[in-house]
Amino acid sequence: MMLIWLYLVALGVILSLAAALWRVWRGPARADRMMAAQLIGTGGVALLVLLAPLQDWAVLDVALALALLAALAAVGFVKATTPDGAGDPEETSPDLPADTAPVADPRHTQGTPHG
Amino acid sequence: MTTALPLLLDAALCALILGAALATVAGRGVFRAVVFFITYGLALSIAWVRLGAVDVALAEAAIGAGLTGVLLLAAHGRLRRLRAAGDPGTGAAAWPAALAGAGLTGALIWAWFALPLPEDPGPALAGAMPHAGVGNPVTAVLLNFRAWDTLLESIVLLAALLGVWMLTRRQDWHAPPGLAQHTASGGVMAGFGRVLPPIGLMVGVWLVWAGAEGTGGAFQGGTVLAGVALLVFMAGLPPPPRISAPGLRLALVAGPAVFLMAGLAGAVLAGGFLTVPPALAKPVIVTIEVALALSIAVTLALMVIGPPEGEASHGQR
Amino acid sequence: MAELALPALTMILTMILTGAGLFFFLAGSAGLIRFPDLFSRLHALTKADNLGLGLIALGVALQAETWAQVGRLALIWVLALLAAGSVALLVAGGALAEGTARGRHRP
Repeated sequence: MMLIWLYLVALGVILSLAAALWRVWRGPARADRMMAAQLIGTGGVALLVLLAPLQDWAVLDVALALALLAALAAVGFVKATTPDGAGDPEETSPDLPADTAPVADPRHTQGTPHG
Repeated sequence: MTTALPLLLDAALCALILGAALATVAGRGVFRAVVFFITYGLALSIAWVRLGAVDVALAEAAIGAGLTGVLLLAAHGRLRRLRAAGDPGTGAAAWPAALAGAGLTGALIWAWFALPLPEDPGPALAGAMPHAGVGNPVTAVLLNFRAWDTLLESIVLLAALLGVWMLTRRQDWHAPPGLAQHTASGGVMAGFGRVLPPIGLMVGVWLVWAGAEGTGGAFQGGTVLAGVALLVFMAGLPPPPRISAPGLRLALVAGPAVFLMAGLAGAVLAGGFLTVPPALAKPVIVTIEVALALSIAVTLALMVIGPPEGEASHGQR
Repeated sequence: MAELALPALTMILTMILTGAGLFFFLAGSAGLIRFPDLFSRLHALTKADNLGLGLIALGVALQAETWAQVGRLALIWVLALLAAGSVALLVAGGALAEGTARGRHRP
């Protein structure tokens, strides 16, 4: 009874993943696609959590690794969208207080400024 | 009903994987393909769980969804800054790649039907497990019964990193590897880079240790640790060490070196290269695993970061 | 598995919690598809999905066999919350910076 229910919930989560895939396809902004991938990460973690009682509790370790590293790709994406590919959007964001000035890498200050 | 539901779940998962795979190769735009490839890796790791291969699922989750994603997104960002991120998916250049991909798929399908399927999980393996020294059959195969393969793989990984480093220009040799990362101090990214690593370190070390008896292993744990290291570097905390640093080089060769020494000790003391007496198997395997995990973590992180780059190559042109 | 041996109450609670979790996942996906711009979509999926994940993790935790599994489920949820919150802020900040540079998305 409960196992059937857990399978049904897992199926529903896959359905929501498919919806997110549609958003990855559609875009239109790069951030839209990346955030949809982030949703697929969260959904994947949920799916693995649901599979743990159905199959093997060791699956929780996979969910843990996925939850830990799903953010890595998104951080990489945010980095890649900054002008020199190594920055932080908060350095240039207009709504930040003035005292949060960017801290430059020692190497960075020697050369010509980018962007 | 109870037998149809798992089947339905697997079918939906297969549809998801095929959809992501098709969208990766069929869609226009490099960025879209990259994001679909990341989701493909995610779905694939769930599929490995469904097949009962939790160790493979761990590796796929860490590599496919984590490290490869960062690598491809950074590559796309760089191409975009060079104004080179056009659409390579059109024209005659796509045909050789399509043919090679189709050829590989055909070969794999042929191999699937031509090769005999082994018994589950192999009576020979089940018979040998009591002598392996560890409880996880995957670890037993990787580090005891087929240790030769794993030794060579760890050396291949090192060779790949040397290949990346060969792209370094002479005057950049003593610069830290990769781009010079910088973040807003006290910002979200810097904070995230401080909060996550302690948890990640714990999970990575746990996976290395747990690999002897259960799910995990040197490769899985090492990959998680590499991801944590990458996050620290991307958050602009300490810059990655220079590639000429002796400590870094020691960490890189520790795994293969310890492995090789254990193998040679086996040749002298136990009657064959890489032979481990069952009584000593567990401590020897755990020692090799710890050293390997360190080397794998450092090697993978440095491979994603890339070769050292001087000031001139930063930014756009 | 041993679901017949479990008290009926935890079983019902698990079903309610996981069902509610699924509801939030589907709501998040609906928002991802239906909402008109990037910033509303960010808000839909970051909040709804992580609430969904928390409810599902709580539901599954009721079925756990050891406390270590409960601890792992809690850690998974905390990690997901931390990551989703940080990433949503960063992606929104990046889109805002990029949009401001192009003269769009000005708040």
